[in-house]
Amino acid sequence: MKSYFYWEQFKRSFAIIKKNIRIYYSKGPVIIFGIITPLFLFLSFYIGRSMSAEALLPGLLGMTTFFTATSVGPAIVPWEARAKTLERLISSPISVWTIFLGDMLSSFLFGVVVSAFPVIVGLFIGVQIVNPWTLGLGIILASFCFASFSILLSAYPPTDTPAGVMMLSSMIKFPLVFISGIFIPLEEMPTWGNIISSISPLTYFTDLAKYSIQGNSYYPVSLNLAVLVALAAIFLVTAIKIHERTMEKRL
Amino acid sequence: MDVDNAVVVSNLTKCFGRLVAVDHVSFQVKKGELFGFLGPNGAGKTTTIRMLTGVIKPDEGTASILGRDILKENLKAKQVMGIVPEMANAYVDLSAWNNLMLIGQLYGVPKKERRERAGKLLRKFGLHERRNHLVRGFSRGMKQRLLLCMALINEPQILFLDEPTSGLDVESSRLVKDMIQKFNKSGTTVFLTTHNMDEANQLCDRVAIINYGKIAAIDSPEKLRMRSSGLQSIEVSFDKIISTEELSKIRGVREVKKMGDKMRLYVKEPSDVLDRLVDFARSKKLKIITLNTLTPTLEDVFLKLVKES
Repeated sequence: MKSYFYWEQFKRSFAIIKKNIRIYYSKGPVIIFGIITPLFLFLSFYIGRSMSAEALLPGLLGMTTFFTATSVGPAIVPWEARAKTLERLISSPISVWTIFLGDMLSSFLFGVVVSAFPVIVGLFIGVQIVNPWTLGLGIILASFCFASFSILLSAYPPTDTPAGVMMLSSMIKFPLVFISGIFIPLEEMPTWGNIISSISPLTYFTDLAKYSIQGNSYYPVSLNLAVLVALAAIFLVTAIKIHERTMEKRL
Repeated sequence: MDVDNAVVVSNLTKCFGRLVAVDHVSFQVKKGELFGFLGPNGAGKTTTIRMLTGVIKPDEGTASILGRDILKENLKAKQVMGIVPEMANAYVDLSAWNNLMLIGQLYGVPKKERRERAGKLLRKFGLHERRNHLVRGFSRGMKQRLLLCMALINEPQILFLDEPTSGLDVESSRLVKDMIQKFNKSGTTVFLTTHNMDEANQLCDRVAIINYGKIAAIDSPEKLRMRSSGLQSIEVSFDKIISTEELSKIRGVREVKKMGDKMRLYVKEPSDVLDRLVDFARSKKLKIITLNTLTPTLEDVFLKLVKES
């Protein structure tokens, strides 16, 4: 009986996914923003330096997955609170976790799909992917982790101002990019730098992407995978718990 | 389980900080009834309906919808409801059709039934031609009709409507009211909040009047009117102007108000005062142009109860 309930709620979260894709993710500017932001960030770092494509791709891929999977997620709930559609969802026979599972899964799908672009471009310019299965698994786990992180970003404060949430999330997201081994490899960081970088989920995906493309990594592959799974679970559960507590304040 | 009642509310209370928005409210709505929840703005109507529909949690008290506790069986209770919230919208970036498909899916309506019901509802509410248009371009009346379609896609046993005709044009308002009556006749229990007296009078089997978060009265509109005997009145007009002071001297007249070219005399027993009024006219050599006895309107009752509370 309970398993039927959970399965039914899981199925209903697909309605949320469809709605999010139609309203938020299929818009041209969102897709372009998801690709352009990491690309320009990356180019600003790359231009003027002589680096191989193999050395560049893990960082570009890391940023693309991170920025796309977290691009819209933080804005959905405040946006819907403002548009007065959140109350319609809350009054439906779906639990709060069904709504946020749907939000997370739509961010996840967007992250996976857009992450394919730098991989395809890399293959097109002759980059050899040494461990393609690890890369595929890494993209999936990282997209889960970052999508869950995006739901957490909108959890507090319970506001109905999307711009405020986006500003707050940018203030968290951009520093993470600089401490995650993208611009300064983990091997070249001082010990305190490694300690700081270890708090960023992006560090573990960039390291996995490096292993998949260059064949070597700073952390063991199993550790990178395990940390991404653990952080995805922590972010999602924490986000849902906070949203459950603060939901009334948004309505 | 209460087999006769669709809604059972007991001591429901909600506070926002120091403000007690709903204060120990208790009432029942019978199955198949069209129940009106009347009150001025800020009286606690929307807070009550939000608690009953599981959107917000009460601080105290209990409520059940068709035997399902709104706190313990929140999702089961929501499953049998259709809701038109006052402060909610359809998704303006989706078409009318996709809005209905979304809500149908959230209620677990199978795809085939969802499509059939959506087609029927859109036809009934005159939106079928515009089904593939984005809701962004809809008028307020069209949006409200769509919200009703969305509330009915799961064929609910009980329909909660929060100010369903507020701000609508006459045509949309009439269509919405006709549909509410039609669905009620087919057996759906309807819980309607409104501050429109005429609407409550035309539609409701019973009404509850709420003010400052407390129930002031619950009864049928007719019985509420009868109960307020002090509000009975006589409306009279003469061929000459006569002052309210002179009329208020007639025995049995409690209050006199000038209403345009007519005078309204508030009385306890209209039949007693009528003879005295005719005598008064004779003695002053006045010709009576019109003379009517009036029972209080629901609005009179409402204003009196609100004033008292």
